[in-house]
Amino acid sequence: MTDVTIGEGRAAAGPAGKPKSRRTFDWTMLVWLLFAAILIAIVVNPIFRLVWESITTEAGGFTLDNYVKAYSRTRYWQALINTVMMGAGTAVLAALLAVPLAWACVRTDMPGRGFVRLSVLAAFIIPPYLSAVGWVLLAGPNSGWLNKTWMWATGASQGLFNIYSLTGLIVIMGLHLFFFIFVFTSSALELVSSEMEDAANVLGAGPMKTAFKITLPLIMPAILGGLIIIFLQSIALFGVPAIIAIPARYPVVTTQLTEFFSNNRVDLAAAYALPLLLITMTLLGLQRWMLARKGFTVVGGKGGERRIVKLGPWRWVMFGYALFVAILAVFMPLIVLIQAAFSKAWGRGFALDNLTFAHVNFILFEHQGAVPALIRSILYAGTAAFAALALALVIAYIVRRNLLKGGQVLAFLCMAPFVIPGIILAIGFYAAYAPPPLALAGTALIIIVAFTTRLLPIAYQNASAGISSIHVEMEEAVRILGGGRLMAVRRVVAPLLKRSLVGAWILIFVPACQELSTAIFLSGPKNRVLSVLIFDFSEEGKFEQLSVLGGLLLIITVIIVAIGFRIVGRDFMLRRQ
Amino acid sequence: MPVVHLKGLTRAFGSFKAVDSVDLEIRDGEFVSLLGPSGCGKTTTLRMIAGFIDPTGGTIDVDGHVLSSVSGSLPPEKRSMSMIFQSYAIWPHMTVGENVGFGLEIRKIPREEVKKRIAEVLDVVQMGHLASRYPAELSGGQQQRVALARAIVVKPSVLLLDEPLSNLDANLREEMRFEIRRLHEALKITTVYVTHDQAEAMATSDRIAVMNKGRIEQVDAPYLVYTRPKTRFVAGFIGRTNFVTGKRDGDALHFDGFALHKDWFASLPAKPAIDFSIRPQSLRLERAGMSITGNRVAVEGQVVQRSFLGEHWDYTFQPANASQVLKVAMPPSDVFEVGSPAVLALDPTLMVAIG
Repeated sequence: MTDVTIGEGRAAAGPAGKPKSRRTFDWTMLVWLLFAAILIAIVVNPIFRLVWESITTEAGGFTLDNYVKAYSRTRYWQALINTVMMGAGTAVLAALLAVPLAWACVRTDMPGRGFVRLSVLAAFIIPPYLSAVGWVLLAGPNSGWLNKTWMWATGASQGLFNIYSLTGLIVIMGLHLFFFIFVFTSSALELVSSEMEDAANVLGAGPMKTAFKITLPLIMPAILGGLIIIFLQSIALFGVPAIIAIPARYPVVTTQLTEFFSNNRVDLAAAYALPLLLITMTLLGLQRWMLARKGFTVVGGKGGERRIVKLGPWRWVMFGYALFVAILAVFMPLIVLIQAAFSKAWGRGFALDNLTFAHVNFILFEHQGAVPALIRSILYAGTAAFAALALALVIAYIVRRNLLKGGQVLAFLCMAPFVIPGIILAIGFYAAYAPPPLALAGTALIIIVAFTTRLLPIAYQNASAGISSIHVEMEEAVRILGGGRLMAVRRVVAPLLKRSLVGAWILIFVPACQELSTAIFLSGPKNRVLSVLIFDFSEEGKFEQLSVLGGLLLIITVIIVAIGFRIVGRDFMLRRQ
Repeated sequence: MPVVHLKGLTRAFGSFKAVDSVDLEIRDGEFVSLLGPSGCGKTTTLRMIAGFIDPTGGTIDVDGHVLSSVSGSLPPEKRSMSMIFQSYAIWPHMTVGENVGFGLEIRKIPREEVKKRIAEVLDVVQMGHLASRYPAELSGGQQQRVALARAIVVKPSVLLLDEPLSNLDANLREEMRFEIRRLHEALKITTVYVTHDQAEAMATSDRIAVMNKGRIEQVDAPYLVYTRPKTRFVAGFIGRTNFVTGKRDGDALHFDGFALHKDWFASLPAKPAIDFSIRPQSLRLERAGMSITGNRVAVEGQVVQRSFLGEHWDYTFQPANASQVLKVAMPPSDVFEVGSPAVLALDPTLMVAIG
């Protein structure tokens, strides 16, 4: 045992004097009010104004007239039914695509699992309106690549596919959104330990019986939850229906909303939007309830060891299926978009005399709006990501550390935009802040604030998870050693959060950069963002130039994600030997 | 000199009193444990001493200065105390050296001096060679030593420990118990130690305050807490014991299966029925027919159950004509078969009236 050598006497004892009250002035209420005011302005007021618009006349009296009008015509009803069918179809297709892939990636020896995971991520990172354009080039009636190939091979006079259809909508959305079920199912599968399956085997169940009686029921809540999320995401999408459903004469709720909006009938749009909001809230409530039911989840237990299922020759069949999905979701749309970007006319095919850099040159150097739109997209999305994260962090810290009474109210408001589809949020923002006195229509501010609101739930979830991962004793250790709360935040909380914050910022920036449904209603002619510009090009049928723009957007996205991975990786300071 | 004085200290959460008018004086350089089952209020008491929780009644004085009271409390960072947390709370993004030096840095001690003191204290906890490691590279025991070093290097007026050993495995726990006591012998820092483990409290403390339901039931040296428990709760919580009830009948006390003259006891509460605690270790079994001599009283009966625990036998003895059984601990060499008659040698002076 070492001799003790530091017993040279103790520091002077406790501080002298009377105790100073920890709080001379009760600033806590003021802080609460400040944050409540911010959240009321960016979350509550837009939704309140949406409801208000729908139930008042121009003179200011009460009316249900808007609801009567919005639901009096069969066309409007039809749009609602169409939407439900589209959402349900998308969800089912997504499950068929994602569940086998998730199982193969988590529990089998299928080759190329890393590649498959990356493809699923890529399918999600490509904005849905861009893959919609890709699919127009692939499966447009007669002119699409697939149809031309078919006609060439069979001599048929008509193409096989028509992307302008309900099926087309479902395929495009399903190939984009199956990401969610993949993620949910994989993480559920990671929680199912092999011991649970062993227990069934010991009792005499074969592999098939085990899969259907044990494994599948255990991951069922995750799959059902994923189905609901995908249903909701698909009925809220704006870009894909605008590109596909309008030519298909298949009206859905979001295209109908656009119609009301462009006819300057915000009141009708508001009345028409509210049922969508109610459906969303109900289904999200259902999803929560389903995931919360104990006994139906596998969260209990420590996960345990998972054994890999050896598929034998079947692993190549599985890989073939995964590759097929990856080709449909990523490679085919991407290849035709790249081809279009460098073609004089995309329909003339892959020939050297069709190769041109004119579109790249045009977009980068000649077009008045393209580069500014690109810069705006990055600027707005970046600012919104910082704003959402800063707001979420302060509120999450207040709530997690119980600093204020009523913190839960703030937390609830942060999460509330989760149930509001982007297009409805945009109408709400328009109703709230477009008219005088603020007259913010078409300003950068309204877009940034709307992005902030839309992404606040992601920011809050990440911030909250990050802060709760830091044991409160980490901060108390600073304080008992003589550092104040600010010192604890600066020296301990901030460095420990850095990694998850970079990740969260990227999670917010990427969708904000691609966001179309909010931006389309709020950006004026002078401050178009890239997504809106891409959409304009698609309406004009300029697919070659659109492809260049889309490529730019994808390149930014990929760079940001890659930089993020780098930083997050390098920041991994805990050296392990 | 730091004397920590809790006066009527109370903390209520809603209508529930987690700590209920606790009075306790911790002397300068003393090591006091707060011992009790979970939910007894010991951690709340410790966190009030640290300043993390404000009392809803009573005060905490250190050297006569009120640190905590209902009207206001000095924040933890102004108390010049230090604390070892249950989770260790070692900062994972700082090296061992940076962790230990943090408190010195806050005290604006010159860099050279900081370096010197980090090196010294790490030697004391036998971690000198690991100063540049990150916490993730350390074992649980080593992290514990870093937490210790970080807490003592600032020479706190009071050192607070919140169940610091509960995350360690049994062997390491025993080792760290002695380590903590050794450091205390050397540094004589006034220490408050919270634990639910009686062996920990007994090995480390000058005095133990046994807490139950927010109140202190007894404060005494470990030996006295064990041999002279003042309440039924203390007797039952610290070690194993037998509870017996004696009914007064003139000069005699009638127990279930035996009787004793009241003169055996120096003083007895004036009640018709008195509860006593008898430790299994203070009882002895003899072969049937053996005569019991000295200060002991013989009780005839038989062994009804036994289990061998390595360090001793655990016998259950049933006195003849009694419904109650008594636990008796005997050395491994004293073997009695179940069902065999035996004589219990009972020393009434080792029985403690618990009110």
